[in-house]
Amino acid sequence: MSATPQLPPVAKLEQKTVIDLVAKGKRIDERGPESYRPIQIQVGLIEKANGSAQVHLGKSKVLAGIKVQIGTPFPDTPDEGVLTVNAELVPLASPSFEAGPPSEAAIELSRVVDRGIRESKALDMKSLVLQKGKTVQVVYVDIYVLDHDGNLIDAASMAALAALVNSKVSKMEVKGDEVINKGGHHQLPLNNYPVAVTFAKVDRTIIVDPSLEEEQVMNARLTVTIDKNGDICAMQKGGLYGFTPDEVRKAVHMAVGKAAENRARIMAAAKG
Amino acid sequence: MNKLPEPKQPEKLIDDKGLRIDGRRLDELRPIKLEVGLLDKADGSAYIEQGKNKILVAVYGPREAHPKHIAMPERAVIRCRYHMAPFSVDERKNPAPSRREMELSKVIRESLEPVVLTDLYPRTTIDLFIEVLQSDGGSRCAGITAASLALADAGIPMKEMVAACAVGKIEGKLALDLSDAEDKYGEADIPVALVPNAGLVTLLQMDGHLTLSEFEQGFTMALEACKTLNAMQREVLKKKYATIKEAAEEREEAEVVA
Repeated sequence: MSATPQLPPVAKLEQKTVIDLVAKGKRIDERGPESYRPIQIQVGLIEKANGSAQVHLGKSKVLAGIKVQIGTPFPDTPDEGVLTVNAELVPLASPSFEAGPPSEAAIELSRVVDRGIRESKALDMKSLVLQKGKTVQVVYVDIYVLDHDGNLIDAASMAALAALVNSKVSKMEVKGDEVINKGGHHQLPLNNYPVAVTFAKVDRTIIVDPSLEEEQVMNARLTVTIDKNGDICAMQKGGLYGFTPDEVRKAVHMAVGKAAENRARIMAAAKG
Repeated sequence: MNKLPEPKQPEKLIDDKGLRIDGRRLDELRPIKLEVGLLDKADGSAYIEQGKNKILVAVYGPREAHPKHIAMPERAVIRCRYHMAPFSVDERKNPAPSRREMELSKVIRESLEPVVLTDLYPRTTIDLFIEVLQSDGGSRCAGITAASLALADAGIPMKEMVAACAVGKIEGKLALDLSDAEDKYGEADIPVALVPNAGLVTLLQMDGHLTLSEFEQGFTMALEACKTLNAMQREVLKKKYATIKEAAEEREEAEVVA
């Protein structure tokens, strides 16, 4: 059952400072309302994964690892491989994260990232088939939140995309009942590059890339995931309040430009 | 895993006359039936049929928070469970809550939070149970529309009711209130919830592919449909109170006669 989250223990004075600054068009970390925190992307840190990427978004840190394994396709899509996205809010990342089964925040995070990749048809699912209806490659995208300083959705979306671009898979084929290695590697076949852009409404102002302090006072958030053509492939509103229709329209338009900037960063970092 | 044969994919989602598989126009809602107060034990309840969707919602509360540590000192906690019956879909659904149901429980709760005057009932919970008895696309939206009614039926103070409706894209055209097949074989789905008088969008999701102008057009269609649904919600509530009033008047008359 989903319950109203407990309010974070933030001093009223601190909340007021954050809100007042945003109302004046400023922010607590001296950014403008429409700018991201510094973004750093490193790929290939985890040698045992097929692909990996770590994204620093300000002080938020998210690591994504790709594992490609052999499995069976879903019965309704015998000619497609399988994509699975999971997110772990690791307890070392925040005093508010606890060990145990995934929280609804973790489920939402993974499902929003999943929707961006799946709906933009980023991964060529057909090319993952080794034997129709029987044997396919299963691509696991595992998102590991290491330090939570706000806007985990954008950090996770960037890490997942960078890790997918970074992935190398050994060439395989099916002989008889066995999957054998043909030798050599290939890249994961990608057709699209979705990037999530998250906005928060603080007081009555829309800001991009909310930090944790801003998330703790925000009314609501909206994530818009944009594909390589500048079209929308996923959206998700969260938070206890809402947006006016005009605020939604403004955010959607702003997302296109922001996504293009971040996509360029990801591609540059992932291709090294 | 053994699998039943799939229901056949319709050849076309829109026919030559521009009508959809169920005969609707692109901007037409499915037939909707709303009822309130049909459960005996719940503090408030509502039922919605929208196309083949059949959804029952119960509200319990405000009631003492259990376990106690979840209570909040300044407001009521809203809890929400969206759940699908195992027989509500083509292939039996495992009754254990799926990740999808957990996400929907969260977004539905968030869509209703802004209208409930939770600060009137500190340390309590208001529990919403949404049971999808039969699912036919757009069940989260129908669930929100019915949940608002159930809250009102429970007499919980609210600013106004929330109404929700989805818009999608089928065969390149925007279409209101997607059915199951249209959602499955269509190209995009945007569920929207609106608080009409406040002009607040409290649920907005989307998956698929839309250009900015398609989004703009579809979003506007969905907002308009939410207003239509809101008028229907009001009618149902008015009817409930008219019935109560009539019954009371009849009782009074009977007493006078006696």
